[in-house]
Amino acid sequence: MTNLIGHPDHGSFERDPQDMVQLLTPEGERVEHPDFAWCGDDDLAKQLLRDMVLARRFDVEGTNLQRHGELGVWPPALGQEAAQVGAAHAMRAGDHVFPTYREHVVCLLRGVTPADMLGIWRGTTQSAWDTVSTNTHMYTLVIGAQTLHATGYAMGLQLDGMVGNDDPERNAGVLAFHGDGASSQGDVNESYVFAASYHAPVVFFCQNNQWAISEPITRQTTIPLYQRAMGFGFPGVRVDGNDVLAVHAVTSWAMERARQGQGPAFIEAFTYRMGAHTTADDPTKYRLAEETEHWRLKDPIERLRAHLLRSGKIDDAWLAELDDEAEQFGAEVRAACHALPVPKFSEIFATVHAESTAELEAQREQYQTWADSFESIGADSHGAANGQGVSP
Amino acid sequence: MSAQPQAVPNGTKQTLTLGKALNAGLRRALEADPKVLLAGEDIGRLGGVFRITEGLQKDFGEDRVIDSPLAESGIVGTAVGLALRGYRPVVEMQFDGFVFPAFDQITTQVAKMHFRSGGRIPMPMVIRIPYGGGIGSIEHHSESPETYFAHTPGLKVVTCSTPHDAYWMIQQAIASDDPVVFLEPKRRYHERGEVDETTAPIALHQAQVVRHGSDVTLLAYGPMVKTCLEAAAVGADEGRFIEVVDLRSLSPIDMVTVSASVRRTKRAIVVHEAHRTLGLGAELAARLHEDLFYVMESPVLRVTGYDTPYPPSRIEEDYLPNLDRILDAVDESMSR
Ligand SMILES: Cc1ncc(C[n+]2csc(CCOP(=O)(O)OP(=O)(O)O)c2C)c(N)n1
Repeated sequence: MTNLIGHPDHGSFERDPQDMVQLLTPEGERVEHPDFAWCGDDDLAKQLLRDMVLARRFDVEGTNLQRHGELGVWPPALGQEAAQVGAAHAMRAGDHVFPTYREHVVCLLRGVTPADMLGIWRGTTQSAWDTVSTNTHMYTLVIGAQTLHATGYAMGLQLDGMVGNDDPERNAGVLAFHGDGASSQGDVNESYVFAASYHAPVVFFCQNNQWAISEPITRQTTIPLYQRAMGFGFPGVRVDGNDVLAVHAVTSWAMERARQGQGPAFIEAFTYRMGAHTTADDPTKYRLAEETEHWRLKDPIERLRAHLLRSGKIDDAWLAELDDEAEQFGAEVRAACHALPVPKFSEIFATVHAESTAELEAQREQYQTWADSFESIGADSHGAANGQGVSP
Repeated sequence: MSAQPQAVPNGTKQTLTLGKALNAGLRRALEADPKVLLAGEDIGRLGGVFRITEGLQKDFGEDRVIDSPLAESGIVGTAVGLALRGYRPVVEMQFDGFVFPAFDQITTQVAKMHFRSGGRIPMPMVIRIPYGGGIGSIEHHSESPETYFAHTPGLKVVTCSTPHDAYWMIQQAIASDDPVVFLEPKRRYHERGEVDETTAPIALHQAQVVRHGSDVTLLAYGPMVKTCLEAAAVGADEGRFIEVVDLRSLSPIDMVTVSASVRRTKRAIVVHEAHRTLGLGAELAARLHEDLFYVMESPVLRVTGYDTPYPPSRIEEDYLPNLDRILDAVDESMSR
């Protein structure tokens, strides 16, 4: 008997809640929802399947590259492909995305290159991709901080008159990603307050993958997360995060509201982190294999594949072609990783400030002189020189 | 004050890793005082991402080893309330780069409570932070934030460099009635060394000469102590007799020990991973200048991280002070 853990709802959340929007059952059966309709065509459905398969391939490559020592660490998005593909496809090119560190799938679809993403985990860069051409902000590793940036960016869109115009082409919105764990952070809650207060065109997209490293969702909340939105003054919707059609429908609705000037919305994509938190984590320490097995039956890719096959929209030949494409993509990802350039240390001084300082320039020169002293004695790595005569 | 940790006359002398020594020290503190509580992200069932609290929730229960919601300001802020209520909270910040959401609570609330209350309200809290680089990690996981805390009146700041110190210092920090920021050199978690329970530890805020030498004093702490000892060993082969002082306490600084060493060697070099400008090195240089201006034979030098954000891991080796840079500084100090 413990005293602190005494809330009656602790640990009693439903695994299969009924209050979520679903358009495709785990068995791949199309169902209707009173408020949200699938608004795409067969081509889009096939595209979603293709993107999920390629996304998973990217993820598998990431994990394998880490295992082979090519990446320092990798945070898998395994199992969250529908949430991310559905959300990404609900955005227009002119909308803006603020991702966490696990939105590889979203970023791929926004045009961020695999190399740009892998550099972070290989330790050659820190999110140095082209945020302007992709309209996709850098990864944020400090939990929740990006939700405030997203909200401020949305306020900027408002100030620039890009919300609620008669011409829909002139409108834009922001999609802010965060996790279930992040929902406890002060920054995240403050972003809800600011978004509501200014009626900002931002949609909060929370992938509730049930775990924040080792802590279950019940440590962060005792009511379903989407119900919190009402208290902040905007609508909240829970969607089956493993149903790409439903995620697409709900996110399309929320983004269009935002663009039209109807303010923020919150989406809880109910999903599951099938893999470890990162490759450095061991989930057997804190969760049961039985739970993972339960979720395996709700696989986001399987259900769409089953649906499209059964309804004759795709056939084995189409799938075989997709397999080949994934194979080729995998090879490209590996090649891109191996080709990542390691920056010169002296470069780090150049980007600290917009206008550098004499002091920092002096430090760069000091470093360079020191580094050059090894060139003259023929050592190509200070590490090697450093280790001389010392056993670790 | 809670009872000071005592030597165990018939206790053990065993070889432990620094991480396991911290775990053993936390265990003893939990046993010694029912008011001691541990809180933090993933510290319970998982035992922390570095496994420093492994097994403690199982043995002491979920009320004493608490998995917190993911919110650092919340963790420290509620620890203030628990301390007001008479508990002795020991909170974990998962990584150095993630203490900053709690910075306001630490610097404006924790640090000032005793002062604001006219000395009536103590804040016996320990804030554990794994810190420093060299582990090949992504950004925000390799920082050295000690100066922010050492610059804040009301806080005490300590760091350990050996398993023996880890074991004793964590208990001493918990026993302190002042808030203590306890910095753990995460890249040394796996270093092994003897932990001796049978003799009483030296005072928490005392520095220690860990290698004697007559030519120059290296002033270091936490992860850099080992690096300095290695540099001193290499230096000895080259005929340099390098003294190494492990500061252990960064606030307050034990200037008695530091000055005594530098008075003998007449030369000092401060080594830390943290950025150079306004780092501990700046403070030590100023104090040595005040105390020993006419004794020293060369200016205090600094071997530190650069004034840039911590770099991507593939090039971190060039950021961190290493043997070459330290020995270069020794040469420079001696040649002046
Ligand atoms: C401010 C801050 N505190 C702690 C961490 C360490 N940390 C990294 S991921 C994580 C859990 C995040 O969980 P959630 O928000 O649910 O996202 P998920 O990882 O499940 O995608 C924690 C505690 C961090 N990155 N930032």
